[in-house]
Amino acid sequence: MTVFVIRRMLQALLVVFLMSVIVFFGVNIVGDPVYMLVSPDADQADIEAAIRRLGLDRPILEQYWLFLKGAAQGDLGDSFIFGEPALKLILHHMPATMELAFSALILAIVIGIPLGLYAGLYPDSRISKGIMAVSIFGFSLPTFWVGLMLIMLFAVELRWVPATGRGDLGSFLGIQSSLFTLDGLSHIFLPALNLALLKISLAIRLTRAGVREAMGQDYVKYARAKGLATRRIILVHVMKNIMIPVVTVMGLEFGSLIGFSVVTETIFAWPGMGKLLIDAILQLDRPVVVAYLMIIVLFFVLINLVVDILYSILDPRVRLQDQGA
Amino acid sequence: MSDMTANNPATPARVETPFQRFRAEFFESKIATLALAIFVIIVLLAVFAPWITPQNPYDLAQVTVMDGRLPPGSESIDGYTMWLGSDGSGRDLYSAILYGLRISLTVGLASGVIALLIGMVIGLVAAYAGGRIEAIIMRIVDLQLSFPASLVALMMVAALGKGVDKIILALVIAQWAYYARTVRATALVERSKEYVEAAQCLGISRARIVFRHILPNCMAPLIVVGTVQTASAISLEATLSFLGVGLPQTEPSIGVLIANGFEYMLSGRYWISVFPGLALLLTVVSINLVGDHMRDVLNPRLKK
Repeated sequence: MTVFVIRRMLQALLVVFLMSVIVFFGVNIVGDPVYMLVSPDADQADIEAAIRRLGLDRPILEQYWLFLKGAAQGDLGDSFIFGEPALKLILHHMPATMELAFSALILAIVIGIPLGLYAGLYPDSRISKGIMAVSIFGFSLPTFWVGLMLIMLFAVELRWVPATGRGDLGSFLGIQSSLFTLDGLSHIFLPALNLALLKISLAIRLTRAGVREAMGQDYVKYARAKGLATRRIILVHVMKNIMIPVVTVMGLEFGSLIGFSVVTETIFAWPGMGKLLIDAILQLDRPVVVAYLMIIVLFFVLINLVVDILYSILDPRVRLQDQGA
Repeated sequence: MSDMTANNPATPARVETPFQRFRAEFFESKIATLALAIFVIIVLLAVFAPWITPQNPYDLAQVTVMDGRLPPGSESIDGYTMWLGSDGSGRDLYSAILYGLRISLTVGLASGVIALLIGMVIGLVAAYAGGRIEAIIMRIVDLQLSFPASLVALMMVAALGKGVDKIILALVIAQWAYYARTVRATALVERSKEYVEAAQCLGISRARIVFRHILPNCMAPLIVVGTVQTASAISLEATLSFLGVGLPQTEPSIGVLIANGFEYMLSGRYWISVFPGLALLLTVVSINLVGDHMRDVLNPRLKK
């Protein structure tokens, strides 16, 4: 077991290292950020001074070595544009993204699972077919397009909720969030729904498949034969069995929600780290791009590591297979 | 099995090829047939765009700012009707959409085909080589699939920059692993079948067995994954271009058109974003519906 965990951690470290190479060299080859930073009428001496100040005059390998040395100490470089540490900038924008992703996850579970349950119990009803059609659309519609439509309908035409920004922040238990004020809630509703749409479809499909499979199982037949009410069979026996895989998958999707929030944040001008990334790419603010990508890589690698280890505890076969390979 | 007993007594003499059977079953679904028809029409519109649009929206001599932001149905200065209105710089939206579809479809199909070929070869190698090579390849595939494709593509454009070739490369890198996984899984099943053993007994070379015997039997799932991934490539390109990190203004795909219209949306000029969006929607949804139905037809487990 310990050997397995250590091996997996070493692999995770290797992945992070490889990604740092790809990301750092990839990002630092594109474009020339200096011309975005100095004023258009700057002379050659000013430009050279700027290049030296940003450390861009050094060979790329040396730049990478300095980056690695800094990264090991928690310093991912300073933003070219803001002059602040890139890591600090990202951490400053992270709560907004987290609250958006979290709200989307809750929406997906609260909307998706009941709809999936209905579609699984009555697969031939008209409503179920409607639900499934909607879920196909949820999978195939590009997120940004749905976001535009939501803005047009709810913010421009109906004027129910504002289209952009985060609104007033409330404080609860020392956490600042839009979720604690009415104004904040009205601001987060559209972006959270937009981000949740894909996951709602996923929750519908998973729950439906689970319910359909479970309803044919012996334990359901037995519960029926015992004379239990259908309500109890579904809510207690069936739900208990299908919730575990559904919730596991939905939890795993949290990472991809943070990834996808790049799109939603840009449309709704949500001040999270996804919008920070897009702005940084457009302004060639390399340290911020590199820092964001490294944090996302680290995040995904950690999620996978935790899942792998949990699975190996739950199912020893996973461990044995790994040793065989 | 019941499928065979139902068909055989009625038509004992005629032997259907698998393709004929597939075709017949595919067209049984009205929705899938309609979706296929819509997709074919979209492709034809895109291919013949220069001959069926009133203006070339990227020929500066034919575009004038005087026509800017006209609502649908307005008449342009040159006398033709702009059925879908015009955008901020006076391009007829109908023309711009058809020209945009050319770029979007080219990028989607090119990246789909290249990713399919690369993923296919890697998947076949993994399945047939086995052992250490297979373990290493599959570890890389699993690793990549643990990141969402959209995130990988975003990372790649952050690193590569703008441009058609760069977007295609980014999409290929984001998607090859899906093909590799599919091919390897199917090829592993095929490899253990008797016809492969028979071919080995005949002394046929490894490469020939893999490409002439196993590969054709892996085509069905590969094509299904291919359609769905191509739709997602088109949608991903549009997303990246919308975010401003995909194609540049000089290569105005559908995503770029929607992005250009976004600023006018809050002031009620909906058509500049909405019509290109509908074109994208029709394209992506029709491909997905065709792919979805093909999977149902090709999957023997779902047969009644």
